Parts: sequence; C-alpha cells; structure tokens
Amino acid sequence: MKIALIGNQNCGKTTLFNRLTGENAHVGNFPGVTVEGKSGIVKGHKDIIIVDLPGIYSLRPYSSEEIVSRDFIVNEKPDVLLNIVDATNLERNLYLTVQLIEMRVPMVLALNMMDEVRAGGGVIDVGELSRGLGIPVVPISAAKNEGMQELFTEVADAASLKKVPLVKDMCHRGPVHRCIHSLSHMVEDHAERVGISPRFAAMKLIEGDSEFVGRLGLSQNELESAEHLVTEMETEGRLDRNAALAKMRYDFIEEVMRTAVKKSGDSPEKKRSEKIDRVLTHRFFAIPIFLLIMLGVFYLTFNVIGSFLSDLLALGVDRVIEFVDKTLTGWDINPAVRSLVVDGALSGIGSVLSFLPIIVVLFFFLSLLEDTGYMARVSFVMDKALRALGLSGRSFVPMIIGFGCTVPAVMATRTLPSDRDRKMTMLLLPFMSCSAKIPIYAVFSAAFFPHRGALVMFSMYIIGMAVGVLAALVMNKVAFKGTSAPFVMELPNYRFPTPKTTFRMMWDKAKGFIEKAFTVIFAASIIIWFLTSFDSRLNYTADNSVSILAMAARKISPIFAPLGFGDFRAVIALISGFSAKEAVVSTLGVLLGASSSELPLALSGIFTPLSAFSFLIFNLLYTPCVAAIASYRKEMSTVGSFGVIFMQCVVAWIASFAVFNLGGLILTLF
Amino acid sequence: MKLDKFKVGERCRVTEVGGEGELRIRLLDMGIIPGTEIEIVKYAPMGDPVQLSLRGYELTLRRSDISIIEADKI
Repeated sequence: MKIALIGNQNCGKTTLFNRLTGENAHVGNFPGVTVEGKSGIVKGHKDIIIVDLPGIYSLRPYSSEEIVSRDFIVNEKPDVLLNIVDATNLERNLYLTVQLIEMRVPMVLALNMMDEVRAGGGVIDVGELSRGLGIPVVPISAAKNEGMQELFTEVADAASLKKVPLVKDMCHRGPVHRCIHSLSHMVEDHAERVGISPRFAAMKLIEGDSEFVGRLGLSQNELESAEHLVTEMETEGRLDRNAALAKMRYDFIEEVMRTAVKKSGDSPEKKRSEKIDRVLTHRFFAIPIFLLIMLGVFYLTFNVIGSFLSDLLALGVDRVIEFVDKTLTGWDINPAVRSLVVDGALSGIGSVLSFLPIIVVLFFFLSLLEDTGYMARVSFVMDKALRALGLSGRSFVPMIIGFGCTVPAVMATRTLPSDRDRKMTMLLLPFMSCSAKIPIYAVFSAAFFPHRGALVMFSMYIIGMAVGVLAALVMNKVAFKGTSAPFVMELPNYRFPTPKTTFRMMWDKAKGFIEKAFTVIFAASIIIWFLTSFDSRLNYTADNSVSILAMAARKISPIFAPLGFGDFRAVIALISGFSAKEAVVSTLGVLLGASSSELPLALSGIFTPLSAFSFLIFNLLYTPCVAAIASYRKEMSTVGSFGVIFMQCVVAWIASFAVFNLGGLILTLF
Repeated sequence: MKLDKFKVGERCRVTEVGGEGELRIRLLDMGIIPGTEIEIVKYAPMGDPVQLSLRGYELTLRRSDISIIEADKI
C-alpha cells in the first residue's frame, strides 16, 4: 500500500511523517525532478510505504513542487492521500484539501494541532467537518503524538475500501456550476481513459493547465467549445476564470466552516507569536537582534561547540593515521603504497571529516531557527535589501551561512521557493569568504601587513561582497533575466520544534556529508595525492618540487605572472587549496621548508606586499574547495559545478590582475 | 482604493484583484478574493514588505505587488 502525505507548509507535515515512519525513512529525489522528497516504511507495517510530498498551498502548475505533487498523484496513483491541515489555520489550509477532493481519490484529513485549538477555547465539530467535506477527518496532535492509531486505522480503511470523497459538488447553482458540469460531461470519456476524474479534468481545463490538458487528447473542436463555455462563465459571473474558481472553493470552505466550527478563538500560540513579533520584527530592533542571533550562532558553531568537536575528531583522525602509518612502516610496505593510504586516502577523508561536527552543529541551530518560524521573519525583514540584487529575502540566510562554510550554505538553498532564486543564490555563495580562508589571510597579514591585520581581513570580506554584488548585477542582465519569484510568504506561529524532527534532520545532513566524503572527496584526494607524489616518469618521489603537480604548476605559472605570483610554489599552493583552503598555508610551508613560525619570513622571499595582497584576492575569489563543488554537483549538475570552478577562477584572475597592476601604478606614481 | 495606500492598523474588504500571471493566481490561492477582509498589520523595518492578516493567518507581500488589489475601507 502506498500513502501520499500532502499538506501546506508549516502544518506539521514533517513531524507527522517522522511519527508514522519511526526511523525507516530515506531521503531521495523523485525520479526525473530535482525536488527532494522522502519516503519511508510505516512503523510496524512493512508493506506500507508513505511518501512525503513537498509542502504546497495549491495544486496550480506554477512551481516545481506543485507539478511534482500533482504528477505524483495522477501518475503513481497512491492508494490513499493523507492530507494534513493546521486546525488553527483551517480556512486557508482547506483550500488545498478542496483541490484534492476534486481529484476524487481516496483520502483522509488529519486535523493537526487540535490541542492548540482547544487551548484557545475553539471548538471544531469533527463529525460536521467530515460530513461537510465528504471525507474521514481525524483530530491529531503530531507534536504530542496524539491520535496516531485512529489516524492510521482510518487511512488503512480508506485505502482498502477505496473510499472516494462523498461530496461531488462544491459549486452552487450559477455560471460556475453550469460551466464545470458541462465541461465534466464533455471530457468524461477522455478523462476516464487517462484514469482521472472528469471534474478534475474540467477544473484543469478552466485553469488553463495546458500541459495537463494536452494529456486528455481533446480535439480542436472540443477545445474551442470548452473555451466558449469558460468565456460564457466569465461574462455571466463577472469574474474571470481564476478568480471564479478561487471564489467557488473559498465559498464552499466558508460554508463548511460555518457548520463545523462551533466556536473560534485565537490559539495561545497565535497570541504569543504576536507578542514575540512586536520585538523580533520591530522597526528598530529587528535588524540588530537578527545580527546578534547570527553572531551567536556563528560564535557557538565555529568557536565553541563545533570547533571543539572538530578538534577532537581531528585528534582522533590523526591518531588513526599515525597508527596506520606506524603499522605499515613496521610491515616494511612499499613507501608509495604507504603514502597512498596515509597521505592520500586517510588524510584526504580526515581533513574533510573534521568539518563534520561544524556542519552538524550549524544545521542544528539553523533548523531551530527554521522550525521555530524565525527564518520567515528574517526573510520578511531583509527582503528589501536583497531585492536590489534581483533576489528575495529568503536568499539571505544561505548567504550568511556562506561566511561559515559553503557546503552547508549550498545545502540551505533548498528552502528557496524558485529554481531561479536557488541557482542565483548558489552562484553568489563563493563570494562570501568562508571561514577556512581565515588562516591564509592571517599568515599573509602577519608577514606583510603586521600592523594592519584586521584591516586586511576586513577588506577581504568587503571586497568579496562587493564583487558578489557586481556578479549578481551581471547575472541579472545575462543569465537570470526576469524577476525573482513573487514574494508571497506566510508568517507561521512561533512553535517549539520537536527534538525528534531536529535530530532526524541533523542525522540526514551528517549522512549526506559522510557519503560525499567517501565518494567524490575520496576520489579527488587520491588524484591530488597522485599528482603530488609522482614525477613525470611516474617514479614515486617524496620531493614535492619535482612532482607532476610541480611540473604542471611551472607550466601554468606564466598565467599567474601578470598577477604578481608567477612562482610555481604559489601555484602549487593554489592547486592544493582546491582540496581544502587550509591546505594553501600548509603547502606553502612544506614547499618553502619553513615551520609555521618561520613561514612569514620565508614568504617574503617569493612575494612583495603588493603581490601578497593580489594573492589574497585570488584566494578570496577563486574556485570553492572540492567539498563545496561536490555539493554544487548534487544541487545543480556536473556541468554547472564545473561552470562554478571556471567562473570563479576567471573572476579571481581579473580581480587580482586589476589589484596588482593598478596597485603597481599607484605605487610608482606616489 | 489600492491596498498599498492603507495605513497600518486599518481594515478593508477586497473588491478586485487585478494584475495577471503567477502573482495574481498566488494571491487568489492564498485567499485574497473579492469579499475577503484584510488588516494591514505592519511594514518591515526597511518599509517593505508588508504583513497582512486575513482568514485567520499572517501573510507577507511586497508593496508593489499589493498595489494590484483594490479594496474598500471598513
């Protein structure tokens, strides 16, 4: 048996999914589309699969989520729809329900957050609601785990008895009624051939869902008379087709609610939300509070918890590597093989795994902010600032995360409503200087700008953002013409997330990251190891300066000469920075034979202050590390991720060229 | 009067949803149809977007987008 779980955003759908599946969910993309969906086995029922469809407000074919959901129901024909609604926001939530009823497939309504309705003094007559809608209704509280057994029984019942909704008509006498019924009769045969309800087909005809109507195979004649009927409805009812359908549905909902809702009252959560918003979206306090919250999250993630756990993990990884190294040396294994295992595989995975705690901790905080409802407020507060770049407020949070680490930032773009906004936000992330670049800035500041370290550091962030703004403006003109998706966003009530949902999400993120570490990043580490450990005659060498990478670096170093750092060692450092930005500093140390305390002095042998600054600019802007590129590959495409590498390198080259040559000009003039 | 001309705290009843395309359909789907009562709750700190209260929930929209909505004060 297959259950499709469907509902609005912010109605507790994920919580219900987790309740029903226990631990047996797996995240994966729906076939053929990029929208993420989850499916899982219902707890205690091995033969029942539940598919979590994206959170949507309507079934109109405007966003990929809506199309995915519609196609899933029509093509995959789940045995039953489990529609979850927020009982504290019943009217708007039932709009999707009405559209689902129109599809005339077995369905059950889960009336979530009934505890909140009761606490606010509201009374909903579940029996009346069920009669009015013609479908079984079960009051539940997913957060408090109430009503699950009753819900499951109803769902299984509806599926096995194929209980289609009893209510067929949602339209009263009038032009809309006449139009829908005439069309239903007209398309009856076509609809039955495709296996959908004639009424649903009629609705799609009126809505003008051309892609879907195409599947019905109507003749030109039929299409014309359908259009004629719809135009007649518009003139008679003095409302155009879209407004007429929306009105018909909402009128039906209002009528059902008049009999079913015995007493209405604002839930305590709603009253509390109003109070909290008086502070959090306050005219003057909103932005400072937001900055403080983000600062707190960053401090805790990168300085306190995350870094502590990362250091601990790194220590463990070092121990393992040390142990393996000693063992292999003891066995007198071929040094090349030992190096492959120790320097290639283990250090590569180890350096990436040490990011894991940071990512998990960061996502813990972000999911707290998201699930409590605060992220929606951030989008509301920051929208105007981002509109200038052709984006919406929802892009702000991923960008902020980008200052920490590009990997979770790319993953966080999932929450964006439109594909265009998602792609554009992802492409802007490399301009937010990630925290792994801080050691590079620190070493070079110490070597060349000893008294202006903070200024250099600050200028890197500012230059990165400035170039990012320029890039956004160019993207708007060239690649992402048109406007950002309409900003239509609900402000949900503030709620405490359930620990289960939060930890489940953290686990999913961690799992995804570990998978990446052992696939893409593993392969990349091996390749880089090979290039640094063998010379051009494929002899194993411990001397970095004769390796294939060094040869290649010497070959391509003229490209970097106009930027002021044509030295092959600088180029090797940049190439190894692709595996992880921290590697830039360590590679320079190895190549110059300098310990970390001697490094600043050694650097002045191959850099001048100007070329050092140019080198920093290049590091700021050039390709994100392999872990980030792996995330891009997952979220965009392989071609797209190579595009990111190429574009960032070009942008970095131009910026460094400008800095080095304009800087040189200014220095000679003054 | 256009919806973006109302002041914070004022209530109104929608008479017409103009405009076209995706935005208009989204507004209709979210329950902004002729007859719907709307309260202007607040503007974001930078003056845009605007928070509306309708049908028992809170919706945020951009100022330029709500100018396609005609409403009467109540």
